[in-house]
Amino acid sequence: MSDLVITKHVNEKNCETIDFYIQKDHGYEALKKALTMTPAAVVDEVKKSNLRGRGGAGFPTGMKWSFMPPNPVDAKGNPKPKYLVCNADEGEPGTFKDRLIMTKTPHKMIEGMIIAGHAIGSNKGFIYIRGEFYQETRIVQKAIDEAYKKGFLGKNILGSNFTFDLVVYKGAGAYICGEETALLNSLEGKRGEPRLKPPFPAQVGAYGMPSCVNNVETFAAVPYIIHEGAEKFAKMGTERSGGTRLFCVSGHVNKPGVYELPMLLSMRELIEVAGGMKNGKKLKAVIPGGASAPMLTAEEIDVKMDFDSLAKAGTMAGSGGVIVMDESVCIVEAASVLLKFYEHESCGQCSQCREGSHWLARMFHRIENGKGVQSDLDYIAKICGNMAGQTICAFADAVTGPALSSVKKFRKEFEDHITQGCCPHKGPGHRHAHDHKESAHV
Amino acid sequence: MAISEKVKKTIEGIRHQFPTTQALLIPLLHEIQQDKNWISPESLKDAAEFLELPLAKVKEVATFYTMFKLEPVGKVNLQLCVNISCWLNGSEKLLHCMEKRLKIGCGETTADGKYTLSEAECLASCGTAPVLQVNEDYYENLDVPQLNKLLDQFDSELAAGKVVGKSTHQPGVWP
Repeated sequence: MSDLVITKHVNEKNCETIDFYIQKDHGYEALKKALTMTPAAVVDEVKKSNLRGRGGAGFPTGMKWSFMPPNPVDAKGNPKPKYLVCNADEGEPGTFKDRLIMTKTPHKMIEGMIIAGHAIGSNKGFIYIRGEFYQETRIVQKAIDEAYKKGFLGKNILGSNFTFDLVVYKGAGAYICGEETALLNSLEGKRGEPRLKPPFPAQVGAYGMPSCVNNVETFAAVPYIIHEGAEKFAKMGTERSGGTRLFCVSGHVNKPGVYELPMLLSMRELIEVAGGMKNGKKLKAVIPGGASAPMLTAEEIDVKMDFDSLAKAGTMAGSGGVIVMDESVCIVEAASVLLKFYEHESCGQCSQCREGSHWLARMFHRIENGKGVQSDLDYIAKICGNMAGQTICAFADAVTGPALSSVKKFRKEFEDHITQGCCPHKGPGHRHAHDHKESAHV
Repeated sequence: MAISEKVKKTIEGIRHQFPTTQALLIPLLHEIQQDKNWISPESLKDAAEFLELPLAKVKEVATFYTMFKLEPVGKVNLQLCVNISCWLNGSEKLLHCMEKRLKIGCGETTADGKYTLSEAECLASCGTAPVLQVNEDYYENLDVPQLNKLLDQFDSELAAGKVVGKSTHQPGVWP
């Protein structure tokens, strides 16, 4: 069993406090070390660690940091500020690891941000926390206050000439704000609509300034990398992806929860770690990386859980949200639940996504209620083809994940709904639980 | 102006943290909602005036985010997650239980103004599903008997004039 990067102490009393972090978890030692290094050396170390973004896209973190311009100036030649942003808008269905970090070890994230600030030459960071996280926001704010008191934040940190301030910003209930450019718009007090890229945030980010956005878990891994060394971190992972991974296992398992594990275990092993299938039932399908990741069938679970293996299997590691469904689940209804979510959360900016997610939700709902027709299945594929890759952000691609994979891998189940004129799991005449919302969908 | 002095003071206190005035709009709408429990059309006008922003800008933001309540909500705002992991763990039963007990549907408020019921999308509590958010608090790993007990508790707390759902209630126990 390799070392734990993030969750070593999360079950201990007072683990969220700065005193605990300093005494038991080498707290802020990495920051001391980083401040003796040049910014470029810190970026290099993170590059060498093979840390990849934990928010879902898996982009190499060190490379993202290196995109930040060293000395940006405005049209008049005055230096521009650079901003560091933490994406704590956790909302990908099936994902609940950032909430664990924020409530149990918020200082890891904060220390990671201060180190990142030093590395990219930023003096100001924003933590964008989803609005529903009232308790989490309080805990993070308290941790920030503690860090200021100890001199880890503010002016001349630990006697150096580095200054860094951290501000919490609360979201207000929009899934799309997890997309980094939508998040930046929201941070500016605007509608959370994704921006066209280029320009990328490293050129034009928050408030028009060069900005770098990383996920909570990504920042939380940084102190370990600096303290223990990039090599050790890199060795814990695969050739192209360093470290451990926080897997969030939910659904029909005996012990749902967050598990920090090496990425080179298989989905089958992960389900075993999470206590195996609930009530001894058989596995039917599993979503490996948050709701947007295409489903895997029970026959496909020997796949390894790292970014590249899951991509090769036609799905994605995404945010680490593993949703396990047993044999009693109607896949058509499960997909319908997911598509209703996407319909609700599409920001409406691009027609393909706004209309497509609406149509898909309606069609899956109709099929689930026995009112589908055979041609619907081909039509679903056609709609998805008009969505993926056709829009400003990756939301439309995400919608097609559950839509296409459910029809492709469980086609017979869809056909049974259509030919029998009802959901075979429920029988004819069943009132669908979502019927009361039908009028609202028209 | 209908924005309370307390809210104004809070916003003035954070003004220096942001490079633009518009960045204060979302914090301001949060504060108004905390203060008045919803954001009225008058509050939107006041927010625009206070931040010197066009009213249209304030409205387009207020209507984008689901957390901003542009109609009055009950004292206890019940938001049940109905997304995949909660659904797999029986959130529908909880929804039916609340609809039957409170005699309202989703998006509605009881006639006495005590409860508002709505469906929420993933609250990042999938490992402790199903979850119900009550104002600021999460109640996790719920089943129907526990839910009924909880609602009994809210009934008596409301009758005693207490504030519900704003405790320092800690999120669930993690494995």
